[in-house]
Amino acid sequence: MKIITHQTSVIVCTILLSLTAGCATHRVDTHARNIASSCAACHGTNGNSVGGAPVLAGLDKTYFVEQMKAFKSGSRPATLMNQHAKGYSDAEFELLASFFAAQKHEPR
Amino acid sequence: MLIDRRDFLKLGAAGIAIGAFPGIAFASTELITKKGQRVVIVGAGFGGATAAKYLRMWSDNTIEVVLVERNPVFISCPMSNTVLGGTRTISDLTQSYDTLKNKYGINLIQGEVSAIDPDKKTVILANGHLTYDRLIISPGVDFMFDKIEGLTAQVTDESIPHAWKAGAQTVMLRRQLEAMPDGGVFVMSIPAAPYRCPPGPYERACQVAAYFKNFKPKSKVLILDANPDITSKKGLFMAAWKDLYPGMVEYRPNHAVTKVDVAGKTVSTEVEDIKADVLNIIPPMKAGMVASMAGVVGADGRWCAVDFLSYESKVHKNIHVIGDSVSAALPKSGHMASAQAKVCVAAIIELMQGKQPDQNPTVVNTCYSMVSNNEAVHVANVFRFNVEKQAMISAEGGGVSAARSEIEGDYAAFWLQNIMSDVLL
Repeated sequence: MKIITHQTSVIVCTILLSLTAGCATHRVDTHARNIASSCAACHGTNGNSVGGAPVLAGLDKTYFVEQMKAFKSGSRPATLMNQHAKGYSDAEFELLASFFAAQKHEPR
Repeated sequence: MLIDRRDFLKLGAAGIAIGAFPGIAFASTELITKKGQRVVIVGAGFGGATAAKYLRMWSDNTIEVVLVERNPVFISCPMSNTVLGGTRTISDLTQSYDTLKNKYGINLIQGEVSAIDPDKKTVILANGHLTYDRLIISPGVDFMFDKIEGLTAQVTDESIPHAWKAGAQTVMLRRQLEAMPDGGVFVMSIPAAPYRCPPGPYERACQVAAYFKNFKPKSKVLILDANPDITSKKGLFMAAWKDLYPGMVEYRPNHAVTKVDVAGKTVSTEVEDIKADVLNIIPPMKAGMVASMAGVVGADGRWCAVDFLSYESKVHKNIHVIGDSVSAALPKSGHMASAQAKVCVAAIIELMQGKQPDQNPTVVNTCYSMVSNNEAVHVANVFRFNVEKQAMISAEGGGVSAARSEIEGDYAAFWLQNIMSDVLL
């Protein structure tokens, strides 16, 4: 039951984060940063792709979430993003979207 | 024969004691004066180099990082089979460590570790030592040459390359293929899983076949697999062999190589002896030597058990193990080593501040294989920590390409470009 407790706490903190800047900001940011960092192999450090895969840094949060949901449902075709998207929850799409939206796009 | 765990630990401790007291340990000096909290990282492949960069980046440069690596430059093992196919050279896969030093302020020491003392938290090199608050080892794999009679490290360097660490042996194997007359047989052997890069051997067969198809069409590729079946992307590789290289690639499962006649280029399996024109034995593997020096190899004598929240060794506190050396149901890939490095350093930063590490590590693995000069196939998975199993488990939705394609061939090249940039630049 620890997993559920943790996920719930993340969701609660995500909501509180938008209300009060002080609430466990570090905790939530760190988890979002950590899971987002795994995308870097194709999408570059902090989402600044250096070729091929789309730049995620600075991407609009709503657009990001919509696209991930479209990959997950299959309504947006892809080579492998349909598979990756199915591995994440909608709450994680929100976390990833917040992280990438906050990153500075660094044109090469 | 199983060695009793306590006996094994005693043996490990004895080994360290011998290694740590050759006189030099007393006389040696700290190679770099330690000013604050320090992490020493041994091994600057995909795992170690990522750990170094991300430790500096995520700690706002507050943690000292010393990176020890024996090689002068980074050479990517992923995509190195394309050197055999002829679409890349080793220099295309080579990157300097200068940016890690200059942009991120990482202390890079080119050298070899001779011993590790977990009690004194010290790494010993030939010309001095380094003390650490935490140690990360990312030693990749070493080869178990003794499992194949007649095979030694020297043999692989001089005449029968494994080419399973990208570099001089990869180039040697390419030269041997170039020198082989048309109509020759390239024989390659695959060890029983787990080994580095599960789909890599089958990709290699494709790359050699692609070269033969264009330049030596009467030649053959014979795969001797110790495993009962193709271990990764099976349908996609079989389709590539059938469609692209008809009659050229032969696959024999349950063929573990037990012996090699070096001069005769002949291998023995339990079933038969086979003579090759060009021979490539990929030997069985275990955690890199540095893991043995640290005494963190498990009772199996091969891999290292870790806590997946921090990659801290189950044997010694303050020693973290990442990459191929880790005992896990995760693929031994460069992408995975890099992803593990990030989980590990995030945890170390939290632990150094007296905080709890992220309790829900979630990572992805994306692995492309080039099945021809321009087409690739992939396997993609998300892995997340499972509390009950205390393990990283594949999440829903992972899988392989529907079919090989040129667009995935392009993405494979972009993957290499992005991951090398993420790890080293």
